[in-house]
Amino acid sequence: MTARGETRLWLLQRASAAVLAICVAVHLITIIVAMRQGLTAAAILSRTHGSIGWAGFYGIFVLAVAVHAPIGLRAIAHEWLAWRGRASDAVVVLFGIALLALGGYAIAAVVR
Amino acid sequence: MSDCRNRGHSAYWAFLVHRVSGLALALFLPLHFLALAQALRGASALDAFLAWTRSPWVVASEIALVFALAVHLTGGLRLLFVEFVAWESATQKTLIAVAGGIAAFCAVAFALNVI
Repeated sequence: MTARGETRLWLLQRASAAVLAICVAVHLITIIVAMRQGLTAAAILSRTHGSIGWAGFYGIFVLAVAVHAPIGLRAIAHEWLAWRGRASDAVVVLFGIALLALGGYAIAAVVR
Repeated sequence: MSDCRNRGHSAYWAFLVHRVSGLALALFLPLHFLALAQALRGASALDAFLAWTRSPWVVASEIALVFALAVHLTGGLRLLFVEFVAWESATQKTLIAVAGGIAAFCAVAFALNVI
């Protein structure tokens, strides 16, 4: 990849990290509060069912993680496995697409 | 490329924790999404899955995952601060300790509610 491409990935990684910092903080608080109230399907679905707000929040969360995680995995492939080039790039892009699809599926399941 | 990181410095261990926690979270995410998608099969299907998550080994894994999530967040915030605001050698160990402490607090808060 060109130096410009690497710089763009670096910026995307940091920009997605900034978005994720807010999403993860909200998610951590939600997890701890939800566990305190007892984790049941009814409790989860009563919070999320038909909620445009939670759908939007988790939509942004999934989008940011689908950008952030593959770039991190790419760095691990480069540095720990010495695996570079189009094949490793293709695998992490596919992983990002899979995260986007599975995340969208999960959001649809809890919000519909 | 030769690896010339100073493994004796706490920043190296912070890097290692950040990387391993990120890897664990990336591998866990697809499973997390598939578990939530159980709701498509109805609340009872999701409840059956949640009942399974109350077994001791799953609870222990959940506590470890909450720690991983929290430490990746706090470690990531430290990195953003270092890269975009300021690098001060003198405060790095303090920042790493604060990041680890907040993550440990989150994991303990979760554990106290789940056990």
